[in-house]
Amino acid sequence: MSAATAALTPHPRVRSEGRRNYARSYWLFALPAAVVVAAVIVFPWLFTLVMSVHDWKVSGNVYFVGLANYLHLTQDPRFLWAVARTLYFTAAAVVVPVVLGIWAAVCFARSFPLRGVARTIFVLPMMATPVAIALVWTMMFHPQLGVLNYLLSLVGLPPSAWVYSPGTVIPTLVMVETWQWTPLVMLIVLGGISGLPIDPYEAAIIDGANGWQMFRYITFPLVWPFIVVATVMRIIDALKTFDTIFVITNGGPGTASETINMLLYQTAFGYYDLGYASAMVVVFFLLILLVSVALLRVRKLEQWQ
Amino acid sequence: MIGRRALLTSTAAILAAPAIIERANAQSTFDWRQCKGQTVVVSLTKNPRGQNLQDHEKEFEALTGIQVISEQMPEQQQRPKMVMELASGNPSFDVTHFSLHVSKRVVDVGGWLEDLRPYLADQKLTAPDYHWDDMSPGALRAVTQPNGRVDSLPLETDIWLLYYNREIFARKGLAFPGTFDEMLASARKLNDPANGQYGFVARGVKNANVPVWTSMLLGQGQETVTPDGKTLLTDTPEAVWAGELYKAILRECAPPGVVGFNWNECQTSFMQGKVGMWMDGVGFTPPLLDPKVSKIVDHVGFGLMPAGPKAHNCPVFTDGLGIPVRSKVKQAAYLYCQWATSKQMLLNLVNMGGGASPRLSTYQDPTLLKASPFGREWLDTLLASMKIARAGLPEIVPVTEFRDVFGIALTNMITGGDPADELRKATEAFKPILAQSLKT
Repeated sequence: MSAATAALTPHPRVRSEGRRNYARSYWLFALPAAVVVAAVIVFPWLFTLVMSVHDWKVSGNVYFVGLANYLHLTQDPRFLWAVARTLYFTAAAVVVPVVLGIWAAVCFARSFPLRGVARTIFVLPMMATPVAIALVWTMMFHPQLGVLNYLLSLVGLPPSAWVYSPGTVIPTLVMVETWQWTPLVMLIVLGGISGLPIDPYEAAIIDGANGWQMFRYITFPLVWPFIVVATVMRIIDALKTFDTIFVITNGGPGTASETINMLLYQTAFGYYDLGYASAMVVVFFLLILLVSVALLRVRKLEQWQ
Repeated sequence: MIGRRALLTSTAAILAAPAIIERANAQSTFDWRQCKGQTVVVSLTKNPRGQNLQDHEKEFEALTGIQVISEQMPEQQQRPKMVMELASGNPSFDVTHFSLHVSKRVVDVGGWLEDLRPYLADQKLTAPDYHWDDMSPGALRAVTQPNGRVDSLPLETDIWLLYYNREIFARKGLAFPGTFDEMLASARKLNDPANGQYGFVARGVKNANVPVWTSMLLGQGQETVTPDGKTLLTDTPEAVWAGELYKAILRECAPPGVVGFNWNECQTSFMQGKVGMWMDGVGFTPPLLDPKVSKIVDHVGFGLMPAGPKAHNCPVFTDGLGIPVRSKVKQAAYLYCQWATSKQMLLNLVNMGGGASPRLSTYQDPTLLKASPFGREWLDTLLASMKIARAGLPEIVPVTEFRDVFGIALTNMITGGDPADELRKATEAFKPILAQSLKT
């Protein structure tokens, strides 16, 4: 050991004292964050769990009912339909933007005139406030006076009922979600594409590969981790979509677009039944947790391969 | 020489003098500035009633020296906000505007609002020209809880009527319908989808659509629950008749997509001249007569709710103003409520077309509608409606669930469901909810 190295190496006793002191300091630094987390995350969750095992009406008395609220959920057709609708809406609102987002990213990765302007225009929907967007779409969906049916008439197509029909309401809401969130997927995937090495493409060209083959066997596998990230984000966002549905349809017509979010909001703040709504929240949270864990597991398996 | 007539006049004047002087003294001694310097926070619903109060707020501040901080919120947000804040025991407002047809029973069960009877009886707090007995019997019934408490002052009574497009009616040579059967027949004749014309429009979206059905049910002389609020009358032959009428007229004669229409979509369709008749509240009149947004300014007709087979009624929905028991400025808040429901403010409300005044004297006022675009037909319809008005929704705690459950049944009818079957299922679904609410 040189003299310089020896000077830089602390004495063992001094180092252990230093560690002890640092450890105490670390706890103090972490304390404010721990208090905030306990107050805004842990406590509300525990309180939600407590409410979910009570008959808890805003204007009435509170009674302990055990798992009765959870058992009621399993027999409540309105809730079960809301779960099915949530899964349907989520599946469509993830698949369509992810596919279109990948396609848009591949297009924007190429060089063409005014590419910067086109990219900026493409990401604009993502920057707008969802409630404001929803109000504009609501006006455009009006069956007689909305601009969308006017545009359909210009190309000789019959008018659509859009969100004013139980049969078309969820596909129409998915259309709004797609319009707003495809740019996010595009940005994430484009980030992945821009970091890809050029060598595999040069080799593929020499081997006579066409555009589709290069995408299928080079681009897609290499940007797959980015696609997984975009998909996870989309799934979580789509599962908890509230503002767009609330403003455009409020869960209607009838209950045709009533997702779990809409139903639990109505149960808590329309019917003031906090106990039952809390049970829905717990089940909804478990559903999101399940999906997220499953996706992360898939991603890890991909990495091991 | 003093004549007999002059003698009688003089004697009457002398006899009446004490009363007149007493009244004048009382008027002059009433102290509107007794809470000067205090601040009152007011939570308003976003509608013409809330707008009327905000438009004249400065006058109240000048009169009383009380500062007002008011906020208008859409009713979908204001209703849960009010209930949750009152339940928390620490509301952020001192006066709350609310719909009695939605929240009357829940605020009573919660015991959240001040009983205003002692305030009304207190001459130091209530101006002598306020005249509580000037409120219409219907409005007094609406603000009085079953136990006699008066926990709000009536701000407006929203009458439902039948708007119609006179030009379209004239073109088809039709007269305004006097009965629901005639209304359906007229709607069928006016309906011309190939040319973008429809006979009738009303709310189809769940929850909001229930008053349309109850309006028709009132034509059978029946409401949706028994007067004690304990038994549902929603699957009776009369209720099914109203369901069949609702289904027929909206399914056959309304614009496509009506199943998702709330009042605003109905209003837009009507204002664009696409629809012959629109059933809804009188408070939605002003935009119809505004040339900036309406294409039918010169063709709007106002008609009384048609009669049913057994009765001639129209639904009424009352707004009120209440004071939280936890407010720290209750007297100042009461002065605000008193001013908001005074003769002048309610006259202003009618003149702006914002709804019907709960005060009888409003309709005797010589300045009524003098500076207003609303004509004689509008006023006559309003006055005639008030004589046949009945509650449009049941006075029960779970009103929102009632509206949702039966609203979904009505929506299903528009998409083809059988009215008797849908109403039977909805009644079975709602029975336990009503029973549970009666226990708490």
